[in-house]
Amino acid sequence: MFKFIFDRDTWQEIYGSIRKNKLRTAITIIGVMWGIFLLVVLLGAARGVENNFNKIFGNFATNSVFVWSQQTGKAFKGYQKGRNVQLKQADVYAITKNIKGIEKVVPRNLTDSQIVRGLKVVSSGIYGDYPTLNEVQKKNMVYGRFINQNDILDRKKVCVIKSDLYKQLFEEDENPIGQYIKINNISYQVVGMYEEKFGSGGPNGDVHIPFTTFQQTYNMGDNIGWMMITGKSEFNIIQIEADIKLLLKTIHKVHPDDSRAFGSFNLGNEIKKITGFLIGMQFLTWFVGIATLIAGVFAIGNILLITVKERTKEIGIRRAIGARPIEIKRQIVLESVFLTTIAGSLGIIFGGLVLMLIDTFAGHGDNATLTNPTVNIPVVMFAYVMLVTLGTLVGLIPASIATSIKPIEALSDE
Amino acid sequence: MIKFEKLHKSYPIGKKDFLHVLKGIDLHIKEGEFVSIMGSSGSGKSTLLNIVGLLDHHDEGNYFLNGQKIQKLNESKAAVLRNKFLGFVFQSFNLISYKTALENVALPLYYQGVKRKERQKIALEYLEKVGLKDWASHHPNELSGGQKQRVAIARALVAKPKVILADEPTGALDSVTSDSVMNLLKEINKEGMTVFVITHEEEIAAQTQRIVRLKDGIIISDELTKNK
Repeated sequence: MFKFIFDRDTWQEIYGSIRKNKLRTAITIIGVMWGIFLLVVLLGAARGVENNFNKIFGNFATNSVFVWSQQTGKAFKGYQKGRNVQLKQADVYAITKNIKGIEKVVPRNLTDSQIVRGLKVVSSGIYGDYPTLNEVQKKNMVYGRFINQNDILDRKKVCVIKSDLYKQLFEEDENPIGQYIKINNISYQVVGMYEEKFGSGGPNGDVHIPFTTFQQTYNMGDNIGWMMITGKSEFNIIQIEADIKLLLKTIHKVHPDDSRAFGSFNLGNEIKKITGFLIGMQFLTWFVGIATLIAGVFAIGNILLITVKERTKEIGIRRAIGARPIEIKRQIVLESVFLTTIAGSLGIIFGGLVLMLIDTFAGHGDNATLTNPTVNIPVVMFAYVMLVTLGTLVGLIPASIATSIKPIEALSDE
Repeated sequence: MIKFEKLHKSYPIGKKDFLHVLKGIDLHIKEGEFVSIMGSSGSGKSTLLNIVGLLDHHDEGNYFLNGQKIQKLNESKAAVLRNKFLGFVFQSFNLISYKTALENVALPLYYQGVKRKERQKIALEYLEKVGLKDWASHHPNELSGGQKQRVAIARALVAKPKVILADEPTGALDSVTSDSVMNLLKEINKEGMTVFVITHEEEIAAQTQRIVRLKDGIIISDELTKNK
C-alpha cells in the first residue's frame, strides 16, 4: 500500500486526471478550502472573544457574589419599614459557619479620603481589606506585596496603592515601597503597588489599608460595608446567594420576603451567561464549519463521479489489460484524498494568515476586539483527519461505481 | 490453448425474454494457430471474443484457457488472467489519450508490478518491434490510424501473453495500412504466438490459417486455408 502511495506512476496518473479537468478541480478545491478556512477563522475569532472575557474576568473568582445591606422594604417584628440594616463582622462568621459550599467570605469597607504626598493632593476611595481579597481578586503586583496577616494583627499603618494613584503621586519608575503618603492626615507606608486593567465592579478606590486599621481609624466598630463571597466550584452560586440572604434576614430580623434589605450582585451568574454565550458561539462555529466542509467534500465526490463517468472507457481499457478492481479503486480514492488534503492545507494556511492579520491589527492592547485569536493544533489536526476521512469515504462512491461497470460495457461505451 | 465445449450464452431482454446468442459452440484452438472468426453482425462473434477475453461470462458449457477451466471468476482473478494470458487489440485502438505511446505500451507491465525503468526498457523494445521506436514520446492523437494500431499491438504483446485477441483490428483502417497490420500479426504468429482475429472481411480472414464461420450462434464451417 505504501509502495503504491510513494510510486511516481500513481501521482502521474493523478496529475493526468487533474490536468484534464483543471477548472472543475480548482472550483471543488475552493469549496473545501472555504469550509476549513471558515472553521479555522471562526474558531480563532471565538477563541479571541473568549480570551477577551478571560482577560477581564480571569483574575476574579468567578463563582462569587457580592452582598451589601440597604434599607428594609417591609415592616417586620415591630420594626418600621425603611430601617437601615447594617452588616456586622459577626455576619461573616455566621455565614462561614452555616452556609454549605462557602469557600471564602471577605468583608470589605470603603470610605472617601484625601491623599497627600508632598505637594500633590488626590481624592480617592480607601478600602479596608483582608489579605484574602488577594485570593478572590488576584492583584497584579508591580511593586511589593498585598496586605498580610501581620498588618491585620498589628493594625499597621501601611497601604497598597493602585497604579492610577501611583501615577498621580509618584514619578515615573520611582519605587514607591517604603515611601509615605498621608491619608486624612495620617501617614501610611506604601508596601505594594498593583496594576488593574479593568474595573472590578462595585465601588471604586485606589488605596487598600488593613481592615483592622480601617475599623479603628474610621471608628467603624464591627460594621462592614459589604462582603465578597466565593463558593466552592461544585456548588451553585445562585443557591448560595439565596441561602446567605435568608440567613442574613434571620439575623437582622428582616421579613423573609423583603427583597430590599440586602442587595447583591452575582458575578458567577453573570459570567455563566457569558460562558453560555461563548459555548453557543463555538457550537455554531463548529456547526457552520463542518457543514461547509461536508458540502465541499461532497463536491469533490461529485467531480470525481463525473470524471469517472468520463473515464469509463479508459477504465475499461485498463481492466482489459489487467488492472484489478482494487487498483482502479485505490487510484480514485487517493485522488479524492489528495484533493481534500490540498484543499484542507490551503484552507488552514489561509485561515492562519487571516488570524495573524487579525492578531496584528486588532489583537493587542487593552481595547483589543479579539485577544490572541488562535486555534489549537489538536483542533486543526482533528479537522484535518476528518477531512481526509471524509475524502476517503466520498472517494469510495465514484470508485465503486467505476468498478461496478463491467469492462465489456465500459469498452463499448463510445 | 483455447477450448470450448457446448458453450451457451444468452442476454436478458427486458424482464422475461432472453436473446440466445451462442447456441452450443465447440471449438479447439491449439497453441500457435492463427485463427479468424468470420460472421456478419449478430452472428455472435463479438460475444465469443468477450468470453474468450474473460470480459464476459458464459452461461453453460465449458471453457478452458491454457488448460485451466474458467468458471465463476471474480473480477480480480479475471484481471490477473487477462494480464497473464491475453493481449487485446481493438477496432478503435483504445489507447489512453493522455499517455504517450511508450506509456500506453508500458501500462500492462505497470499492473504486473514491473519497476518503472524496466518497464520503459521493455516497452521501448516492443515499440521497436512494431517499427515505432521514434514515436515513443508521441501522444495517440499525433499518430495515424495504422500507427495507433501498431502501438495497440505492442501493448498487447508487452506482457508476453499466450493469445492475442484482435477484434476487427483493421476495421478502422484503409487497405494499405490494413495489410501492414495483418503482416505484423502474421510475423507475431510466426514467432509462435496464438492469434485470434475477429473480422467480417473476407480478405482479412483469407490471410489467416484457419477460418471459423459463425452464423446465428452456431459454427457453420471450420476450415484450414492454404496459408497453412
